[in-house]
Amino acid sequence: MNDTIRDVVFVDGVRTPFGKAGKLFEETRADDMIIRCIRSLLRRNPGLPPERVDEVALAATTQIGDQGLTLGRTAALLAGLPKSVPGYSIDRMCAGAMTAVTSVSSAIAARQYDIAIAGGVESMSNHPMGEGVDPNPRIIAEKLVDPEALNMGNTAENLHDLYPHITKERADAYAVGTQQRYAAAVERLSADVTTMAARSVDEGWTVATADELPRPGTTLEGLASLRTPFRPHGRVTAGTSAPLTDGATACLLADAETAAELGLPVAMKMVGYAFAGVDPETMGSGPIPATEKALARAGLSIEDIGLFEINEAFAVQVLAFLDHFKIADDDPRVNPWGGAIAMGHPLASSGVRLMTQLAREFAVHPEVRYGITTMCVGLGQGGTVIWENPNFKGAK
Amino acid sequence: MYATPLDLPDFAEEVVTEARVRYLEPRGLGGKAAIITLDNGYDHTKPSSFGPGGLKNLWHALDEVEAAEDVKLIAVTGKPFIFLAGADIKLMPSLESREQGLMLAQAGHSLYKRLKDSAVPTFAFINGVALGGGFELALHCHYRTVSTTANGLGLPEVSIGLIPGWGGSQILPNLIGIEKAAQVIVGNPLNQNKMLRGTDLVPLGIADAQFEGADFLEESLEWAVKVVSGETTVERPEVDRSVWPAVMAGARQLVDEKVHNASAAAVRALDLLELAQTATFEEGSLAEDEALADLEAAPQFQSSIYAFNLVRALGKRPEGAPSPGLAKEIGKVGVVGAGLMAGQIALMFARRLEVPVVMTDLDEERAQKGLAYVRSEIDKLEAKGRTSKLKAAKLRSLVSASADKSVYADCDLVIEAVFEELGVKQAVFAEIEPIIAPECLLVTNTSGLSVTAMGAKLARPERLVGMHFFNPVAVMPLVEVIATDKTDDETLATAYAVAKKLKKTAVGSADRPAFIVNRLLGRMLAEVTGAVDAGTPIEVADVALDELGLPMRPFALLELVGLRVAWHLCQHLNEDLGPRFPASQNLRRMAEADFPVFDAAAKGKGRLTDAAKGLIELGGEASSAEEVKERVLKGLAEEVRFMLDEGVVPSPKQVDLAMIMGAGFPFWLGGLTPYLDREGISTAVSGSPFAANA
Repeated sequence: MNDTIRDVVFVDGVRTPFGKAGKLFEETRADDMIIRCIRSLLRRNPGLPPERVDEVALAATTQIGDQGLTLGRTAALLAGLPKSVPGYSIDRMCAGAMTAVTSVSSAIAARQYDIAIAGGVESMSNHPMGEGVDPNPRIIAEKLVDPEALNMGNTAENLHDLYPHITKERADAYAVGTQQRYAAAVERLSADVTTMAARSVDEGWTVATADELPRPGTTLEGLASLRTPFRPHGRVTAGTSAPLTDGATACLLADAETAAELGLPVAMKMVGYAFAGVDPETMGSGPIPATEKALARAGLSIEDIGLFEINEAFAVQVLAFLDHFKIADDDPRVNPWGGAIAMGHPLASSGVRLMTQLAREFAVHPEVRYGITTMCVGLGQGGTVIWENPNFKGAK
Repeated sequence: MYATPLDLPDFAEEVVTEARVRYLEPRGLGGKAAIITLDNGYDHTKPSSFGPGGLKNLWHALDEVEAAEDVKLIAVTGKPFIFLAGADIKLMPSLESREQGLMLAQAGHSLYKRLKDSAVPTFAFINGVALGGGFELALHCHYRTVSTTANGLGLPEVSIGLIPGWGGSQILPNLIGIEKAAQVIVGNPLNQNKMLRGTDLVPLGIADAQFEGADFLEESLEWAVKVVSGETTVERPEVDRSVWPAVMAGARQLVDEKVHNASAAAVRALDLLELAQTATFEEGSLAEDEALADLEAAPQFQSSIYAFNLVRALGKRPEGAPSPGLAKEIGKVGVVGAGLMAGQIALMFARRLEVPVVMTDLDEERAQKGLAYVRSEIDKLEAKGRTSKLKAAKLRSLVSASADKSVYADCDLVIEAVFEELGVKQAVFAEIEPIIAPECLLVTNTSGLSVTAMGAKLARPERLVGMHFFNPVAVMPLVEVIATDKTDDETLATAYAVAKKLKKTAVGSADRPAFIVNRLLGRMLAEVTGAVDAGTPIEVADVALDELGLPMRPFALLELVGLRVAWHLCQHLNEDLGPRFPASQNLRRMAEADFPVFDAAAKGKGRLTDAAKGLIELGGEASSAEEVKERVLKGLAEEVRFMLDEGVVPSPKQVDLAMIMGAGFPFWLGGLTPYLDREGISTAVSGSPFAANA
């Protein structure tokens, strides 16, 4: 028995265009979206014999209907993977796909798999947040969680309360910046965006080729005038929040030797990961302890990290993270190609979107050795994965 | 004036197919793509089709796309699983004049020509069912992709008395060559209306690329963009024009042999295919218009539409069947007998009902031999890929055999398939009635014996019903369901429900000799053998019915049925129905011959050996072929009238449906009675037409 763990590599990642909930993909099945991602991955990596895939782990927050029926298995079958390839479903709300990646990666490291597909999907059109939930009455009776914390917008307002130095103005400025960075990078991002057929009974078929949500012309003035839907005279607006989104992602992970054997590209090497819990009422602070924990386990410090892909559920939550680690609001290492406020956040799928984006950024930043992908999670969690850049040529 | 869709009058009953346009900007195109979705607003169980409204919608959609700026690619596709199922068949009978038919033909041409002549490249993304006018729409586009999972593709017009007249007969042979085009346009429709599958189109040269169903539209569009940008070049082999005359001659001979040119549509389609060798597209289109208008106005087409609707409607909801809710669940089936027919029946029940089926025979050896036969048939199904490995294993586990009839104790239905003799069948039922459960159905597969007489000695005759399957039972789509006066509604409803699960078309018949199909085929053969007995040479009598285009000539039918069975039927009909079914002594001598009567070298064509010819004794009154035909048709008209008077069936519709499904009588005859009507035979014989289509 070989008791050494193996290097896990991120080979490739793809996603569908992200659609505005209730619009482009309203009549598109969620499973069809992730099936398209899996098929695109296989086409992009013709050196991979499909029967070599040892696992398909797919995430969705609401696992019913077209996101149910053990999506990992059904989507694998429907994508045309051999019937011998197994699959399962996984859920950690917004960090679903991230957890799919860390789960299969652990198994790859431990020599239980050689190759796995991980991804996630969320049709927020058809599975809005909170669909079918049945919170335990003890949550209220024993005051375990403020019921208002089940609404993510409220937790964002709470973060503003907790960190009064994060003003609405700072949040608005951050949002304008991420829109601009996205607009500047949209062509580069498109390399990993597959097309997706979308039908509307009333309008007929189209094929989506681009994200539907970005607002490249966003200005501070425009944002200032938006209402604050979560609290009267609050600070969180639609402009500083990730919009409700439909979309899917998938990625290919392998151990380094198998990747070399099959000639699969190595886009990133996994260094380590951590998940951590925080108060559900301020769930947006989750990335802070998760990142501290992951860095500590890896023996790294925040100064070692050259690129940050942080999910922008809300601008305030990103700023809380940056403040904690003493990083400037407009630091060019943070979400350099834009984030979820611009392109959208289809809950369980976003984790792999961050990774795919970081992988592309690594390729053009050989001076960067380490990067992280991190995100906050409803009910008070954070997740962070640290990645190493195989293109690293030494610091500038 | 050459009509466009805008000239067509509205058709009130049309389910109008919309043509919805969406624009997008795919990467690499450098402009807009227009996707036109054809959708009638229903799910795939109601395929989109084109009537005047649908044609107009696509016309307007093309207007819109042409007016739009920067469109670099036009693609037409359909709602899920359906591209376009062709012209609305409900519309056809409402065409009141040849002029209207001509206008409809022209309107289709005017519309589709716009796709063909478009300055912007046009693509058909064939995502599913594409039949007739739907298939032709795709043929007009500059390029075609097809989903590998698409089903129901082709040009079936000839099967219903039409021709592919919206460009199909001219474009297809010039796209894929005359040989393959003749197969698609004439061969397939005459071969039980065989359809093409998605994976057939690229090998045939009809589609330029195929993609899997899972992301068919995305991949089709990506391919189309590459074609427009020049990154992908579509190469089509040059059509070989030198083979045209030889292929046409072969095709004409085939149609002559197969249906003796009785299908006017097939002959007209051949003419158009021939024309396609030299005609310009415009000349070809005009010829298609004329052919369509002629055929739509012809009685053959009216009969075809009648037959088409008959099979679709009455074939699914049999007349006279009690409420399906009365049917009992069948959890186990018993088959009495383990011979060839019994084995086929056992396998069919196991395959379709997926319940245990047990056969019995007189001793263990015969029972096991019968079981071995069934297992070998299952092996064959598996080897041919007709069943999966798992399904084959399931079938093997479902079918068993025994010499002990106590295995029937827990059956819900027991069907006998023993020797066709009343005494034998009565004895079988007498033996098993004490064994079976009180609610168990008793079914006889008799081809013509009295079911009432069979049940005369039963304690519970109300659970006895006849289900007459045709040989070979797995293939022939008809079952005649025979209720006696005593058969109760639960039993009859169950018989119909079982027929449906067996995927058979059920036609009810009263318990009268030979029921429907065998009685009429018996009468037909009686008239033919009668003519021979009277002095008509076999060669003359055998071809007398050629112009009807029946699937077989009389002597080929005799060879297929078997002379002994035919003689048995002949005697039986003679005894039960009298001298209009004479006991032909020529038939008797052939049946009793101890040497081969039919020439094996003729491969089932019913040609007599020289030795057999010596058996035939001709009387002194020879008839011409025309006289034999008249004699047969009058005989059939008389027999149908008798059957209606006796209440064998409630209306001539059941006769027609039974002859189509049980004897392969062609659509262009409408089965039988519409042909007898239009030839004036019905009126000549009985004073009035059958008017089945009234």
